[in-house]
Order: sequence, then structure tokens, then C-alpha cells
Amino acid sequence: MENAINQIITNYGGRPDRLMDMLIAIQEQFGYISRGAILTLSNELGLSQVDVEQTISFYHFLSTKPRGKYAIYLNNSVVAYMFGRQAIKEAFEKETGITFGQVTPDGLIGLFDTACIGMNDQEPAAIINNKVFTRLTPYRVKEIVQYMRKGLSLDELVNESYGDGKNQHPFLKAMVSSNIRRKGMVLSDQYTMGKVIKEILPKMSPEGVIAEIKHSHIRGRGGAGFPTGFKWEFCRRAKGQKHYVVCNADEGEPGTFKDRVILTEKPELVFEGMAVAGYAIGGDEGILYLRYEYRYMKDYLEWVLQNMREQNLLGENIGGIEGFNFDIRIQFGAGAYVCGEESALLESLEGKRGEPRDKPPFPVEKGYLGQPTIINNVETFATAVRIIENGGEWFTQFGTEDSTGTKILSISGDCMFPGVYEVNWGFNVEDMLNMVGAYDVQAVQVGGPSGTLIAPNEFHRTLGYSDLSTGGSMIIFNKQRNLLKDVVLNFMEFFIDESCGSCSTCRNMPQVLRNKLLKILKGKGVRKDLDDLQAWAKVLQPSRCGLGQTAANPIVSSLKNFRHLYENLLQKDLDFDEGFDLVAAVQDSCNYVGRVPKFHH
Amino acid sequence: MANLIKFKIDGVECMAEAGTYIVEAARQNGIFIPTLCNMAGLIPKGACRVCTVRINGRFMTSCTTPVTDGMEIESNSPEILDLRKSIVELLFVSGNHFCPACEKSGNCELQALGYLFQMMVPRFPYEFPKKEVDASSPKIIKDQNRCILCKRCIKSIKDEQGRSFFAFRNRGNHLEVVLDKEMGMKMTDELAEKAMRNCPVGSILVKEKGFAMPIGSRKFDKKPIGSEVQV
Repeated sequence: MENAINQIITNYGGRPDRLMDMLIAIQEQFGYISRGAILTLSNELGLSQVDVEQTISFYHFLSTKPRGKYAIYLNNSVVAYMFGRQAIKEAFEKETGITFGQVTPDGLIGLFDTACIGMNDQEPAAIINNKVFTRLTPYRVKEIVQYMRKGLSLDELVNESYGDGKNQHPFLKAMVSSNIRRKGMVLSDQYTMGKVIKEILPKMSPEGVIAEIKHSHIRGRGGAGFPTGFKWEFCRRAKGQKHYVVCNADEGEPGTFKDRVILTEKPELVFEGMAVAGYAIGGDEGILYLRYEYRYMKDYLEWVLQNMREQNLLGENIGGIEGFNFDIRIQFGAGAYVCGEESALLESLEGKRGEPRDKPPFPVEKGYLGQPTIINNVETFATAVRIIENGGEWFTQFGTEDSTGTKILSISGDCMFPGVYEVNWGFNVEDMLNMVGAYDVQAVQVGGPSGTLIAPNEFHRTLGYSDLSTGGSMIIFNKQRNLLKDVVLNFMEFFIDESCGSCSTCRNMPQVLRNKLLKILKGKGVRKDLDDLQAWAKVLQPSRCGLGQTAANPIVSSLKNFRHLYENLLQKDLDFDEGFDLVAAVQDSCNYVGRVPKFHH
Repeated sequence: MANLIKFKIDGVECMAEAGTYIVEAARQNGIFIPTLCNMAGLIPKGACRVCTVRINGRFMTSCTTPVTDGMEIESNSPEILDLRKSIVELLFVSGNHFCPACEKSGNCELQALGYLFQMMVPRFPYEFPKKEVDASSPKIIKDQNRCILCKRCIKSIKDEQGRSFFAFRNRGNHLEVVLDKEMGMKMTDELAEKAMRNCPVGSILVKEKGFAMPIGSRKFDKKPIGSEVQV
């Protein structure tokens, strides 16, 4: 085994900043990262063993204990539950005889919960050894486990047909469906690969490219909405030995899956966008940081990259432009929502725990390996190509004045046609609900758990950076759903699981709020609890990154827009309680001495 | 001093060299901003958030943000002071901090901040989490009950090759700072002492040295924290 570990270390040049790649390779080859592997890594990389372990223990898909020959990761997002996740979970437990978090005694099957895997439009879904299984039913679970017991290969576990579009590609062969239901400029069939690089870039200077992007007023599609042109300009001006282009494909916001679809159906568009960005900022290296949940796309995307190299769209003197060298490699995350935050992503790219960095300095000045770096969302790069192709002026005719262009929405939950819809910014929520066939709607979660939960009286509002800002996640809840118990609580658990833990606020406060919510859900709440929730949520605001700053949003926005749901659960005529259950507190000792708790108030 | 710039803290005119972190620049101007994870000589990380100030409407940590010319910093407003107090209270309820029984009492920065903010009882419910004590090293005890995850030991306690004795494990509210088993066996007396000194609380203790200095004559027993900067 030591030879295999050494080979893996050599494959990544023995560089500590490629530790993540090494760990993933070891995890995949052996099913876990053993003590011996940690020792070899620490010796070869000059790190202490705890230092290696701190990276392993940060990521959900890395483990120091065997995860089973078949490691089953079942999505636990809110929409998974809405579409029968509980029955799937129970079926897996019944068929395997173990509970989630365990591995069968023979080491064959491991069951694990995992946060949103980007399949909300085809839940319940699970990842088994990097292969995605969608639309699971208890019968399929039984069958899959039987197949595993028979020792069938991963491909043989599949008896579904492949999904639509490129999911049928020989290098993809996924049962995932793309579900593109509305096309705009990005998802359009009008795109011709390489046209921008070969026909347009040769006539433009890098400054010209930046000017055109600035003129389009495009803002980042990941959610934060920073003006892309300025980001590229700042990076171009920053001094460094090397400038990097990083594509953020970590889409971890529950309910988002549009980057999955873009990368499946239009990967060339994204890669061409990265090359355009490389030309603009003067960088020759691009990295696609892809979430591990999308590992099943690896061979396909590598094939696309190779194809582009062969057509002189990547590599040296691209598109015939003397000195324009640019290539792209793919690096994977390993299961951490916070790595979607750009500076946490950089830490992860450098082989470390995904803890966000303090800003300033910003990545455009000091990014990957301390060098000027732009980090943009998948959709931003894809859109940039269309802007350069048609001009910034052309782009501004779509959308609104402060939110130009289109937005690709990932729509899921209670609707007839979940999937991906590309709309112009300025679209309103009511039209959106009518577009997807959503009826009897109680609420819409705009922008995922870190966004806002809105009620019907706000469905006239429009999507855009100055009104309802969104990275694209739209989850619809009908009137049968229990918003507090099934939605808000699930979102709070998500933030608790996904906090990096670095800031004292985000490490501790979501749990305090969740416990308070549980108290209210148990019917033990009093009026003061609602005031506390509101006041205590503010303690999260000074957290370092967006995760911490928004971790109370599920509670804050539901408290604002669905206050009656909380009030209905409160104990009547009680404004205050001691917040302490005396009977419960002495129960253990009473049991021990055989007494019944009795108090005189 | 090259390149002196002017800035304001709560309306008070201050001066410092450009690029100085706010917390240090404030100190040079006789203004105390409380900190926990910050430590002179170490790269700051802004982990505890206790030094939060407000600049242009945004919360920033003063240990990681350099002063710039004309910067206006809000530090001792009632809102910010209550925020800092909340964070200290949050640290108290999320660990098991029983000051009267703690070897570090009087030398503990968390306890000192509790007094500074006149914390009577935390507003948040105690969580009483179950935590481990690691006494496997011959030199030190690592008590997770008291750890506030400030990273000071991780950043400052290293061997000659630059390898860390301490590191994080897990994430979120399962996060802890652990000692490397193998390196912990070979820790020198000097490093053990340094680790205890650098720990702002009583999470790292040198064995049999916890009460070397009697309670009553310790750093914060006589004067409150920050009094060396601001009266």
C-alpha cells in the first residue's frame, strides 16, 4: 500500500498544495485514508500527522475509517424529504440491517447522509461510488442492495435509461436528466464552439474585452453580484508572477443545480469563457473547482478539454493569437458547502481546510498561491462568451437596468415541471410559478437557505440584484407543507453541519437558534423566545463570510413573513419562562434513587 | 515613522503608520479594543470576532483590517459593545468554563473579558457539551472543555521543521483543537510552557504547573484587561 500512496504523492509532484487531490485519490482507491497513509503523507510532505488529518476531517467525502465497498450517500435536502426521502432511508436501513452513519459488518455497504447533491429536480437521489442514482423508490433500493450483495459492478446496478441530452454521452452515461425547460442566451443552441476565440478575440485587446464586459454591466451569477468587469480589471492591474482564472463550480446552495446542467450541456461555453477571461487578465492557467458531488462528470469534462486542445481552443497560441497560452485543469472539492465562498475555495484548492480568508486582501490581489486570481461562477463565464460575441450593448437589452442579461434558475419543490429555466432578470415570482405549474403555493424560498422565504403577498416582486437577488435556487412549498418543522429546521441543520467553525459566531449561534426553534416546535415556546430569536440572530452578522452572515436567514425571514406560524405554537398567556425544565434536569438522579420529582412552586 | 496617516475611532482623531492593523493602531493611540484570538507576532485570523468594529456600515475585525487614511471606525458604541459581550457569552455557553475551578483563573483572557463586559449570566442557554480531556502527552493537558478554538497554539507551537503540534479536527460545532499524538510525546519543556502561555484560556496546561503562581497575584487579579492601554 505504501507504494501506491507514494505513487499518488508523486503524481501530484509531492506538492503540499495538492494534498486534496492526493487525499481524494487515496479515498477512491482504498475506500478510506488509513493511519499508514496519513503517516506517509506527513513524512513526504513535511507536515505533522494532525495537520494532514485536519484537512481530511473537514471534508464530508474523506474518511479515516472505511466507508464500505459501496458507499451510499443519500441526499438530505428539504426537497428530498418532500419527495419521499424518509421511505428511501428506511428501505436502505431495512435492506442493509444498519443505520445511517454505519457500514455493514462485512464492509460491503455504508450508508451516509449528505447535503444537497444538486438533483432537486429528480429526488430522492443518492450518490453511490460517484455514480448518481435519481428518482429512487423503496423497490429500487431493495433491488440495488440485492445487486450489491451479488457483487455486481457499479454499471450493473443501473437498469434505468440514461437521462436526456448529453447525459447519454459515452463518457457520461448518467441517469441524470438535464430538464432544460426554458432557453435563453446561455442555454441557446446558437452557440458555436470556438467562434469567439478564433474570430473575435484576434481583433480585440485584453483591455477591449474588459471594456466590453464592463459595458454589459454583468454581475456575478453566483449570488453575490459583484460587477464582473471590475473584478477582471482589478485582477489585470494587480502585480504578480502569474494570474489565475478559477471557475467556481461548487454549487452547494441547496436547491441549485443549474451549474450541473450548464456543465453537462454547454461545457465548451464555460471553458471558452475561462479562456476569454485568461486573455483579459493575462493569465495562462485556469482551474475548474468542481464539487465532488459532480465527480461523475470527470471523464466527460476531461474529454471536452482534450477536444478543445485538439482544436487549438486551449493550449498554446490559442485561436492563432501569438502568445495567447491558456489551459484548464479540473480540481475537486470533497464535500463542503463553505468552499463555494471564493476564499474558502482557494484554501481548498491549495490543499487545506476550506476556511474563508480575511479580506482585504481580495483574491484579485492575492488569490490562488498568493497570486492575482479571478473567481467566477460557471454561469458568469458562460455568459461572458455571449457578451464578447454580441457586444456589451446588445447584452443590456435583456433584463433590467441594474440587472442586465438573463439568469438561469433551478426550480424545484411543489411544481409540475421542476428543472432549469433561463429567464430575463426582472421576471416576477408569480409568472415564475405559473411557468412551472405551481398551484396552491404557500411560500417560495428564493436563493436557497441563505436567501429569503417569501409569502404570496410578495409574489409580485421581481428577480434582480435590487429586489429578490438569487444565485438561482428557487424552492416552492405548497399549502400542505409544514414550513417551520420541515423547511426552516432542515435549513438550520444544514448551516450547523456546513459551518467551517472558524468564527465563534457561526460555530455556535446557529445551534443556539436551532435549539430555540425546537423548543417552540415542541409547544414549549413563549413570546420572549420570538424576541430572542430576532435579537440573537444579529450576533451572526459580524461573521467572516456569507455562510455565517446568512446562517440565521431561515429563521429571520420566516419570522418576518410567517410570524403567525410561530405564534400559533406558543404557550398562551405566557410571556416568559425560566427556560429550564427542572423535572427533566433531575430525572436521571431521581431514577437512580427511585424517587418521583415533586416541587413546591 | 514613515507614512503616517490620520483616522478616527469613535470620533477621536488618531494617527498611525499606514497598513497597521486597527487593533494595534488603536493601542498606539491609547484606545483598547478587546481581542481573544489575536496575538502579537502571529498572522491574525479574525476567528473570535470579539474585536469587531464598524467601518462604512460594515462589520470588520480590527485584528485583520489595516487602517487607511481617513478611515472612520465605530468601536465603543452601545451596539458594538453589546455585540462583543454577546460573543463572550456565546463562548461561555458553548464550552464548559467553570472559572473557580480553573487553573488559569486570573490569567484567563476570556474570564477577564467576562468581567470587563460585566457579564452576570449569559443571555443564551448553557449547552454543557460533552468534551474530552487529553492527558496523553507527558508534558501537557489539552482540555477541550475550555478551548475557544482561537488557533493561537496551532499557529505558534511548531517544531524545528515548522510542523504544527496542534491542528483543528472536524468542523462546525464539532470543531476541536487536537495535539499530534507522536509530537506530543516529544514536546520540550519550553514549548509546553509557551503553549500554556499562548493559550488565552485554560485549555492547555503544563502538568503540575497550573498553580505555580497563586490565585490572587495573577495578571487580571489586580487590574482589568486592557487597563495597560486605556484607563
